[in-house]
Amino acid sequence: MADIADKHTVTSEQAAPAERRPLPRWVITTISICVALGLWEISGRNINPIFGSYPSAIAVAFWELLKSGELVSALSTSLQPFIAGYGLAILLGVPLGLVVGRFRTAEASLGIYITAGYAMPLVALVPLLMLWLGLGFAVKVAVVFLMSLFPIVINTWLGVVAVPKTLIEVGKSFVASDVVILRRIILPATLPYIMAGIRLAVGRAVVGMVIAEFFTTISGLGAVIINSANNFDTATMFVPIIVLMVMAIGLNSLIGVVERWVAPWQAEIAGRDRE
Amino acid sequence: MGEVSFVDVSKRFSLRVDGELHHVQALERVSFTVNNGEIVALIGPSGCGKTTALRVAMGLDAATGGRVTVDGREVEGCGYDRGMVFQHAELLPWLSARENVMFGLEMKGVRGAHLRDAADKYLELVGLGSSGNRRPHQLSGGMKQRVGIARALAIDPSVLLMDEPFGALDAQTRESLQAELLDIHARTGKTILFVTHDLDEAVLIADRIVVMKNGAVQEIMKVPLSRPRPDLGLVRGMPEFVETRYKVWKTLHEDTVH
Repeated sequence: MADIADKHTVTSEQAAPAERRPLPRWVITTISICVALGLWEISGRNINPIFGSYPSAIAVAFWELLKSGELVSALSTSLQPFIAGYGLAILLGVPLGLVVGRFRTAEASLGIYITAGYAMPLVALVPLLMLWLGLGFAVKVAVVFLMSLFPIVINTWLGVVAVPKTLIEVGKSFVASDVVILRRIILPATLPYIMAGIRLAVGRAVVGMVIAEFFTTISGLGAVIINSANNFDTATMFVPIIVLMVMAIGLNSLIGVVERWVAPWQAEIAGRDRE
Repeated sequence: MGEVSFVDVSKRFSLRVDGELHHVQALERVSFTVNNGEIVALIGPSGCGKTTALRVAMGLDAATGGRVTVDGREVEGCGYDRGMVFQHAELLPWLSARENVMFGLEMKGVRGAHLRDAADKYLELVGLGSSGNRRPHQLSGGMKQRVGIARALAIDPSVLLMDEPFGALDAQTRESLQAELLDIHARTGKTILFVTHDLDEAVLIADRIVVMKNGAVQEIMKVPLSRPRPDLGLVRGMPEFVETRYKVWKTLHEDTVH
């Protein structure tokens, strides 16, 4: 083999040596999930079903919840405040982050509230929010909104600060106004950061949604969790938890697709090759 | 049209080093004129203020004393009478080459079908007529800078200001772009003020060379080479080139010897 390769060095680029093709990512992920589920299944079966559960029992509980229609109705009840709060956080968080990052007066006057707001123990404030907004839809939207707003604002803000000064000077040298520079240079340059913030906010929005359902009117997936926990039905309790995690994973990859669509240059510039 | 005059231009920076306030005199009563259609090179060691002088002329930095005028009008901020070519091209990475050229035109208020045609015309001028759809990361360093030049030329400024435009390019690409710049100059007749730290480049391209040191103009030298200079390789062998290059080199090294 080595001899042949030496004789054909000119064409060796085409006839590359039979290199071991790395496993596709999805295969690695699938193997990882199978191993994790397998381990859980084996160890979970030895635990008292009140203290823990295991995948096959959860699958049965999932099927029953699905059949009765309870899961679908709970999910749709939960999703409404989720979408409203999360969407509102994106709509307000991105412009706020852009302004705070761009204008020093805005940064100096609002920056501390944003940093503090990110660390705010929101759970402790839910009773207060209930006094203001009642027990219904509005308070749930508010909790989801407050949970997801800050990572979006902070990431956008950081992104604006990281925009190379020279790109802004390009705008200035063509006599672009502040608004035009913000919209045509800073916004596109910041998009990768904004998308990262929107991704980070998914997890917090899901947590916010469940918190709201626990502490205000018990409803949606949160209600399924609480009711089954109260009945010591641990397998059923796990169903909404896993549904939420799967939903977060799905949203994350959806955002990844959107990111490649709105900021395709980013993936082209940044090397995605990793060992 | 396209006369740039520096009249007693001074610029002071303040910066804090280890808690102590330092004042840096970046420009000290700099005076010179770039005539209409002329190419002038600003040369000097790093930190001599040559880039600052260019930025003041562009309106990106404000002078603390004196003034710069373009065709008699005092510079107050950026304007379409000046086109800036940045050191690393600074193309907007999310726009194609054509859209980058269109960006400047759009800012100037050009709209409609004419916009795309005008951009293509200037891409053609810099030899990139067929690469308009490429994104900056799909262009080589030399091609990027060509787009940068096209973007600046497209707004039809009376003066082209260039900040070490070829400094980051490899030797061969630099040489071909230098020849191309002279060609563009011959065709458009634009006044060009460019900053460089490359002696050869200054002598090859410029009509006059402004040597700067410590923020002040040290000397202004005329390059005794006629235009056009179609073959820069040939120019390099001319005695006038060698002599001027040596004179500029000597001026640059006069004080540092002590």
